[in-house]
Amino acid sequence: MKTDALIDLLATGAGPVRRHVAIRRFAAAVAIGTVGAFVMLLATFGLNPSLPAFSELPGFWVKIAFTVSLAIAGFVASQRLSRPGVIVGSAAWLVVLPVIAMWLLSIVVLVAAEPAARAHLVMGDTWDKCPFIIALLSVPAFLAGVWALRGLAPTDHRFAGAAVGLCAGALGASVYSLHCPELAPPFLAVWYAIGIFVPGVIGYTIGPRLLRW
Amino acid sequence: MAPIPTSTVTNPAAPANSSREALDAREQRLHALMSKAQAGDDAAYRDVLIELSERLRMFYRRRLRNLTDEIEDLVQETLLAIHNQRHTYDASLPLTVWVYAIARYKLVDLLRRRGRREMLTDPLEDAGELLAAHDAQASDARRDLRQLLDTLPDRQRLAIVHIKIDGHSVAETARLTGMSASAVKVNVHRGLKALAKLVRDWS
Repeated sequence: MKTDALIDLLATGAGPVRRHVAIRRFAAAVAIGTVGAFVMLLATFGLNPSLPAFSELPGFWVKIAFTVSLAIAGFVASQRLSRPGVIVGSAAWLVVLPVIAMWLLSIVVLVAAEPAARAHLVMGDTWDKCPFIIALLSVPAFLAGVWALRGLAPTDHRFAGAAVGLCAGALGASVYSLHCPELAPPFLAVWYAIGIFVPGVIGYTIGPRLLRW
Repeated sequence: MAPIPTSTVTNPAAPANSSREALDAREQRLHALMSKAQAGDDAAYRDVLIELSERLRMFYRRRLRNLTDEIEDLVQETLLAIHNQRHTYDASLPLTVWVYAIARYKLVDLLRRRGRREMLTDPLEDAGELLAAHDAQASDARRDLRQLLDTLPDRQRLAIVHIKIDGHSVAETARLTGMSASAVKVNVHRGLKALAKLVRDWS
């Protein structure tokens, strides 16, 4: 087929194009992922009975700010990486800053604490299941995010996959906060960070296999 | 009253900047055309695709000196990608930035595919390919999209043939094929995506 004939074929009846498709698709993915994780949480561990008391504590809101800001960072990076020619730019700082802030806060908390109490601030009571549960709760958002990416045009499959994984992990962590009894910053800086970054690493690894177009 | 020295006023169109300004003017014109195209002006869209096909041909010709056979195939593959992904173009970006990102992506994809294939073929065949490249016509793609189109599922193929080749409206096509209007649109969209995949996997 001549290229001119192809152009005729493409232009004929092409019609108008929907706007802001990338943001719409990722917004839908975030909604599906959040509801999915919430339903999973209710079906398994349930809400934390002390949640009303928690909501009075600044530590709880610091934790929510940490996970939600990472989810926003993943969202911004995802919708940028899914459009050709758009660079991640300052969105990379959105990913790094919450982590650095949480680590700095943890150092302050650990230095101020009694030496004997430090180990418990890091390990808490649930370190062995926390990253695993966060990664599990991120599955609905991860699948929905990959669906969103497959309808778009990521040119860097690895980083697009990583951004979607990060967003999914952070959403899973946000929902898990409604059950999780841990509030100590050192615990969040280690175990929440691992739980959130595991889906990111998975996205980075399988991106090239899922996202070609 | 003294004459106003107009000649000393800084001329924004100084010769040193002229080629850059020509590029900017081209970008502005294409950008304006693409905005119309995105709003549903098919004639403007056709003009955009024609001009982009010429730029893509030059772009690939400079980068595929030893693979002249591939140039027109890659131009067509990229045009299909541009069409299928045009919802990812945001008018706040220069159009050329978006198009070149797609062109580069398709170039890298081709070289990676070829790299993989060349590792499998034996050296003699490679030499033959190199010789054959010299008498190949760069202006005609080797694959035939109509033949690839025939391998699509009926619903997708019919929707594309009616809308895109025969130029029927969505309503007419819906009547002729018994599909709903939205099914026609979905099948055109899916068919072109399937076609792009066939084109990509063709070599």
